[in-house]
Amino acid sequence: MPSSLDQQHYETVIIGAGMAGLAAGIRLALAGKNVIILERHNASGGLNSFYSQAGRKFDVGLHAMTNYVPKGTKGTPLTKLLRQLRIPYDALDLSPQNCSRIQFPECQLGFNNEFAFFEAEVARAFPKQIDGFLALAEEVRTLDAFNLGSMPSSARKALQRHISDPMLEDMIFCPVMYYGSAQEHDMDYGQFAIMFRSLFFEGFARPLDGVRVIVKLLQDKYRSLGGIRKMKCGIQKIHTSGDKATIIELDSGATITADKIISTAGAVETARLCTDQPFDAESNNIGQLSFTETITVLDKQPTEFGWDDTIIFFNTAERFRYARVEDDLVDPSSGVICFPNNYQYGEDRQLNEGFLRVTAMANHDKWCALNEDDYLAQKSHWYDELQKVTLGLLPMPKKNLNFDDHRLAKDMFTPRTVRKYTGHLNGAIYGAPNKIKDGRTHLENLYLAGTDQGFLGIVGAMLSGISMANMHVLQGD
Amino acid sequence: MTMTEDQVQQIVINIINEIAPDEDTTGLKPEVNLRDQMDLDSMDFLDIVMELRKQHGIEVPEEDYPELASLKSCSDYLTPKFNAE
Repeated sequence: MPSSLDQQHYETVIIGAGMAGLAAGIRLALAGKNVIILERHNASGGLNSFYSQAGRKFDVGLHAMTNYVPKGTKGTPLTKLLRQLRIPYDALDLSPQNCSRIQFPECQLGFNNEFAFFEAEVARAFPKQIDGFLALAEEVRTLDAFNLGSMPSSARKALQRHISDPMLEDMIFCPVMYYGSAQEHDMDYGQFAIMFRSLFFEGFARPLDGVRVIVKLLQDKYRSLGGIRKMKCGIQKIHTSGDKATIIELDSGATITADKIISTAGAVETARLCTDQPFDAESNNIGQLSFTETITVLDKQPTEFGWDDTIIFFNTAERFRYARVEDDLVDPSSGVICFPNNYQYGEDRQLNEGFLRVTAMANHDKWCALNEDDYLAQKSHWYDELQKVTLGLLPMPKKNLNFDDHRLAKDMFTPRTVRKYTGHLNGAIYGAPNKIKDGRTHLENLYLAGTDQGFLGIVGAMLSGISMANMHVLQGD
Repeated sequence: MTMTEDQVQQIVINIINEIAPDEDTTGLKPEVNLRDQMDLDSMDFLDIVMELRKQHGIEVPEEDYPELASLKSCSDYLTPKFNAE
């Protein structure tokens, strides 16, 4: 009962039970803090979550966990985060990818978890660019992502110092942007470096049972440490006095107090909860990028169709355009195709059914303006359009298998769904374009973690929760 | 009961074993910085401080974190704190 929270006091309140909130909660519970996580929805995971439909489980968010390194690899984000959360490596049940590719008109680059393969692919497709590419890789490997010094902050400008072919430039940006950029057209070079390392130097992996394995692991760890979590517990307002957050008012009307608050609700979304801010606060930092994703369930494994790749980042236009969709519901000219079956799960381990997921950029306002009938009709229309694009990009099915004949089920999420489940304004999956790297807000005891603090991907989200809990609550405590 | 410097060093080693189970703590040289002998970062030192508080009630204020650099400096700094209890 939410009302049982009324008048309670906590050392730290965490807003949101996504990856960042759960990781922050584990850190604070490990330190013996009196901590509570409040989550508006009835499922944990935030934008990396899962649901069931007709007895079938679907993942949202996670195509691939980036930052994959084999067990025992030192000094990498994944290793650091497992140590900080005191979770054993094997509990994640990670299986590495097969092979992925970046597919542009008349040009393809394959990559896998060995950087040397990507290097060879660039050398094959862009022989004149390989020296520049290697110089870029070396720079990205060593630069301090949070202190660029004299280097350009525009990743495009930084890249153009090494790479002169716009096609190769776009091909590098395509996966890096799709897997975490909240900014349109360009990225912060530090953020680019973090993503580049997590995709190409480290790599992709996935637990056989998908993102729910990770969410459940975090939940169980948090619970075993005595952490408290309240679901279906939205926040109405954060009351302020001077420079401090004083009272948290819940949707139920109950009020609680806390010494410190870590919010994973988003930078703008959090500001707008505060009573000392106007309802339209920080309107210049609202994310503009939202996505749609189709999910198709097949009665065969993708490899039976001849589709062996794990992830395909595609672009069919002359230049790759990563920006809000202006004049239509969906921009099908670029996107991401993912086969969750195509990981090295090991002998006799495989998902029972075939899955195909296709992601593309979509216009939030247009999707949200549709009435219910139109919404369903447009979902159906755009599902078909995206399948058409996808089948045009994939190799012809083996043995003349007809895709439609083997479809068991389909579903689709839109920016409307994203908005509902993440609470992000505009359904912006990657949140605000300007990240708040130190997690500070206008209030001295209110901090941000998660998407808008600027670590990317699910490993990044967890590291964000960890580092904000360390920096603002545990250090110097 | 008075704690010896060796015992305090063992307590620190036990904590490292707990927070970084993948690190080899056998044969650590007491005079050499822990960070030069193992893959530990500032987040790990925060955990050492956290466990000293949780398990032994020892407080290490942030300005004293550098005192934990090596096993020897740990025991120099922590032994009086253990024995003051």
